[in-house]
Amino acid sequence: MVFIIIGHYGSGKTNFACNIAEKLVEKYAGGETVAIADLDIVNPYFRTADYTAELEAAGVKVIASNFQTSTLDIPSLTFDLAALSGEYDNLIIDVGGDDEGAKVLGRYMNALDKGKISILYVVNFRRYLTRTAEDALEILREMEAVTGVKANNLVNNTNLAEETTAEVIAESTAEADKLAGFMDVKNIITVVPEGIDYKPLNAFTAKIIVNKPW
Amino acid sequence: MKGNEALAEAAIRAGCKCFFGYPITPQTEVAAYFAKKLPKVGGTFLQAESEIAAINMVYGAASAGVRTMTSSSSPGISLKTEGISYICGADLPCVIINVQRGGPGLGGIQPSQADYFQATRALGHGDSRVIVFAPSSVQEMVNVVNKAFNLADSYRMPAMILADGLLGQMMEPVEFPETEAETFEKPWATVGHGGVREHNIANSLYLKPDVLEKSILDRQKRYEDIEDKHTEADCYLTDDAEIVVCAYGATARICKSAVNAARAKGIKAGLFRPVTLWPYPKKELIKASENAKSLLTVEMSTGQMIEDVKLSIDCKKPVHFYGRTGGIIPTPAEVTAEIEKIAKEGV
Repeated sequence: MVFIIIGHYGSGKTNFACNIAEKLVEKYAGGETVAIADLDIVNPYFRTADYTAELEAAGVKVIASNFQTSTLDIPSLTFDLAALSGEYDNLIIDVGGDDEGAKVLGRYMNALDKGKISILYVVNFRRYLTRTAEDALEILREMEAVTGVKANNLVNNTNLAEETTAEVIAESTAEADKLAGFMDVKNIITVVPEGIDYKPLNAFTAKIIVNKPW
Repeated sequence: MKGNEALAEAAIRAGCKCFFGYPITPQTEVAAYFAKKLPKVGGTFLQAESEIAAINMVYGAASAGVRTMTSSSSPGISLKTEGISYICGADLPCVIINVQRGGPGLGGIQPSQADYFQATRALGHGDSRVIVFAPSSVQEMVNVVNKAFNLADSYRMPAMILADGLLGQMMEPVEFPETEAETFEKPWATVGHGGVREHNIANSLYLKPDVLEKSILDRQKRYEDIEDKHTEADCYLTDDAEIVVCAYGATARICKSAVNAARAKGIKAGLFRPVTLWPYPKKELIKASENAKSLLTVEMSTGQMIEDVKLSIDCKKPVHFYGRTGGIIPTPAEVTAEIEKIAKEGV
């Protein structure tokens, strides 16, 4: 399977992508290979590649774009996504946080096997520009327009970083339901950070991997 | 919100109506946010052809009495310094953001605090000063933007927010205060004399030395007033501290963890965090280090703020230094080890 993680900056895409990768490794217990590809060429901070040591220790292969080989201060891709999708049983792709970032994905969509793709749209309803279902849909449509494919999963990752509570997540369900309706998606995956006592349908317990340096 | 977005939103709420900038990592989101939001509140966003053009557009907007801002990262700020000096010379208010990255030259794109000297001493030639704020959280970014605009307007001079890539790119919850932006009378603004008064002229050229000296000395008096009234610092566990760690910005957050770790090991450590870098909170540091045997300055540079720390306490106590540079962020463990080393040696 290929899991494509899209979402606006700060939606928690990277943290979610890292968690999925680790969970897949646990699930298959060495039976299937798991890799994560960092496709974010827009932002050079707080990236999947920053957590390479931890992910690889967990058994996840990390494939990162590179921004240390050129005179440009933006990352560049040094791998072929289509080839990678054949190389690993499970490939997670962490995409850049806007339509510019998603453009890169569009370049590969035709080469990927559509039957094996799951596109997950990660939304934090506490972020600016995605406070409502309508706003979140606008951002999604911009990304879908450049990639040429529709997201078929909604991940409600509403959070306030360390100030996240069960109430913060619960309050977002109305907007998440509304957005799922717009997207024509039946099931909503709700991310619940470890240690928070909240059990919605389709809960996804996530550890905080993307951390601050203090 | 992301730090860079919070800076822009806070500026809009503070009444900033004109933003001019040029993209550079890691501060581009500041401009991107303004581009989306400013037109909706009747403001003007313009991506200039260069950093130099952007600061001169700020010069123009400030002359007309509008709250205006530009933003860049280290190499871009170097380009702006000529314009900043002109703005100082013309006694005009504006706010400049520097989301620092590594240097010199193009340096790198990871966080740095190596522009301290530039910000506090060399943003412009000719006896000029700029008020410098150093926030250490996304929430504080919001708070200091409003203060920066108010101080800039009341003293008719530029103010800078000196952040770093880590703060700019970091996500943290923020609250925006529900207060109205303050407004200042600007009788000097070049908004048309309407045939009822003399022309207002924005100018930094004074060819007669006695006139120039007077303008510099008048400005100097205002600088002294700011030094007297507008220093700001945050102290953490300094009352009984034998080792006072001095750090600003994101580094201060790392040092706070280190201070807590040192306390857990029985070492009386405290943290002094300047919020204003110019004027430097000298009085506050003297008080915070009253019981200290020694001080430790920690920076993402090879040692710049340490000079202000030494000057503030008149070199009366030993001041140690620990720094990482080039885009490397010091870890709490590294700082804790430094504190332990000093504690072991006694001073």
